[in-house]
Amino acid sequence: MHPILRNERLSPNVTRLVLEAPRIAEIRQPGQFVIVHLGRGAERIPLTIADGDAGAGTISLVIQSVGKSTADLVELQPGDAIADVAGPLGRPTELPDHGHAVCVGGGVGTAVILPIAQELHRRGVEVTTIIGGRSREWVILEDELAACGTVIACTDDGSYGRPGFVTEALADVIAAGGIDEVFAVGPVPMMRAVAEMTRPAGLKTTVSLNPVMVDGTGMCGGCRVTVHGETRYACVDGPEFDGHDVDFRELSDRLSTYRPFEQAAMERRACEIGLRTKPKAGATEEAAEPAQGVPA
Amino acid sequence: MTEPRPIESLPVEPAPGDAPTVPPPLTKKERMGIDRVAMPEQDAGERATNFREVNLGLTEQLAILEAQRCLECPKPYCIDGCPVAVNIPRFIRLLRDGDLHAAAESLLDDNALPCVTGRVCPQENQCEGVCLRAKTGKSVAIGSLERYVADWAQAHLDELPVAHPTPNGKRVAIIGSGPAGLTAAGELVKKGYDVTIFEAFHAPGGVLIYGIPEFRLPKDIVGAEVDRLVEQGVKIEANAIIGKTYTLPELRERFDAMFIAVGAGLPVFMNVPGENYKGVYSANEYLTRVNLMGAWNADSDTPVLHGQRVVVVGGGNVAMDAVRTSKRLGASEATIVYRRSHDELPARAEEVHHAEQEGIRFEFLAAPLEVLGDDERWVTGIRVQRMELGEPDASGRRKPVPIEGSEFEIDADMVVVAIGTRSNPLLTATAPELEINPWGYIVTDEHGMTSMPGVFAGGDIVRGAATVILAMGDGKRSAASIDAWLRGDWPPAPAEPVATVAGRAAARATAAAGSAAG
Repeated sequence: MHPILRNERLSPNVTRLVLEAPRIAEIRQPGQFVIVHLGRGAERIPLTIADGDAGAGTISLVIQSVGKSTADLVELQPGDAIADVAGPLGRPTELPDHGHAVCVGGGVGTAVILPIAQELHRRGVEVTTIIGGRSREWVILEDELAACGTVIACTDDGSYGRPGFVTEALADVIAAGGIDEVFAVGPVPMMRAVAEMTRPAGLKTTVSLNPVMVDGTGMCGGCRVTVHGETRYACVDGPEFDGHDVDFRELSDRLSTYRPFEQAAMERRACEIGLRTKPKAGATEEAAEPAQGVPA
Repeated sequence: MTEPRPIESLPVEPAPGDAPTVPPPLTKKERMGIDRVAMPEQDAGERATNFREVNLGLTEQLAILEAQRCLECPKPYCIDGCPVAVNIPRFIRLLRDGDLHAAAESLLDDNALPCVTGRVCPQENQCEGVCLRAKTGKSVAIGSLERYVADWAQAHLDELPVAHPTPNGKRVAIIGSGPAGLTAAGELVKKGYDVTIFEAFHAPGGVLIYGIPEFRLPKDIVGAEVDRLVEQGVKIEANAIIGKTYTLPELRERFDAMFIAVGAGLPVFMNVPGENYKGVYSANEYLTRVNLMGAWNADSDTPVLHGQRVVVVGGGNVAMDAVRTSKRLGASEATIVYRRSHDELPARAEEVHHAEQEGIRFEFLAAPLEVLGDDERWVTGIRVQRMELGEPDASGRRKPVPIEGSEFEIDADMVVVAIGTRSNPLLTATAPELEINPWGYIVTDEHGMTSMPGVFAGGDIVRGAATVILAMGDGKRSAASIDAWLRGDWPPAPAEPVATVAGRAAARATAAAGSAAG
């Protein structure tokens, strides 16, 4: 069992859980993920490790409530526990040792960018991070990222930071010159837009994919993605790939496989919660955050 | 599977409800006169809509009667035909004599997972295949008898002695909790070793829980077999992915010996266009969602597609499991597409027979060319090419040869690819000193030892996708080797002739199996 030590709401539908997982905290590297299984009857879901403290034996998971399984997770409070946390899985991010990197985070993808930005900063790479949200309350992890370098926060409605999408900010940063590499994690349309923006200049762009997955060890093949015309497994060959080679349309299609199931599960859950008359954490009223940073 | 026949014709019929009846000794002629018992099964029409076990098990009366059919050969070929060398005539004799305690102890002494093997072994290629009675008629129903005694044992565990051998202080790590790993654990714990099994999933059992469906092997039964090992002292660490959570060399330092039994877990795809459309599953993914994650049950949070027109590509046990599962999840049409013909199907005869009874369609001599899809990239069908059988290939089976211009389409809203599995490099990638062959399988010597001293391997990660019982045979043999190695008795005495015969039987079964889980 993995006891929850902290539950912190970062945005209207994004929550940070800090939990005990000593072995994973000890060896995890940026870019890696865990498979979380709340308990009997629960789904196994992949979540990127956002942060960790080897000394304290804890890891942080930043979770966007988009379906029943994530809604159940974000309600966990200190005193609760997660039955199974397996990992760390996936290949660690391949990071440079010098130069200037731009990290782009959209929505909950910002949590995946955080450990990358931290490690880049530790290695002495100049880091510019561009993060975005619908409005001020959707911008997450700004303080943590500011410790790694410059942060450009964007909001769609202009309520905070730079008005507009992250891709617009990225265009300006690239135009200013001196950029060696880009890391982009967020909704599929955002990653695709970033990859298209950097493709003409051949600017190396790494994206982190989060497809449907069961075991996380290469066994199910559910996470297969087409990269450079070949089928790869995000769980063992990724989750990070060269953004210029990823078939984003296929990724996006495959991610929609269980959408009807998710809606039905959420309705069932709402109904069960109603029956229990348990105070609701509020996580489920908000729709999933819309794809951010995408030119409409 | 024989045809059912009226029980009234049986020569010995104890009154129902009697205490175990010890029948009077029969002459050989009388024994020869008893017809093979038919395994009672759930009605085909009914069972195709539920996940309850198909085979219902023998009654005590039927089991004791069937036990009478054993001729107690002076040279019992059945033992040689069994990859774990169960002393079959001994437990059958004890059963016949009504001494179920002794029969159960005898069986458990030879076989760590008899409830499993009694259900999923391809007996027709092993013990029953070489049974003397098969030469002149029908073999003794050894699998059904094993299942009867094993189920009795599971229901009466508190009456059976649990051996607690003196700990010898030596620690053994077992990687993988499938049939090979569990068997090795059972053997080693009996000898006083401190055994820890590392399992990547959240629950132990490997293919027994993620692969083989509930209707063929109920998960409670696997759970009870695992519980029995835990009670004997086996420790299980779940969620431990060797190669990720721990590296192999790291683990090697903490244990006196190791046994790698991680299976051949990676799915093989067809490599045809459209294979990544929505609605195309590997058998691994489909069965894992349904079995391990319980998606057949409405209470499970794990979704699985409920295809109406399902095509399963492949002809092994895994393909049969997948297609019969889809039928139970509501498919109105569930079809096996296989590139050879009925006679070459690698699946167990009983599974094919059960599938046929449940209304599964078989499209033989058809090889997929392309998966078809709509604008949203949902599967709409599969385009296949008609084949004809040519000369036998390396496997001894007649090779399918494409017929030009014979392409046709089969409508489908779900496709499951069940054409085999391959090795997973996750573990071997972290152990450069571990020798692997060009296909990624681990190389071992005749004692099951790898290129790393004290590290043994067995099951599918050594032999390629095979069967539960062959993996268990490897587990048993490797446990004996580990024992010899740790006692300093190395190299162990040359293998007994029995093992050679079992090896040959195993090789035949491997050739026949072609596909995992079963």
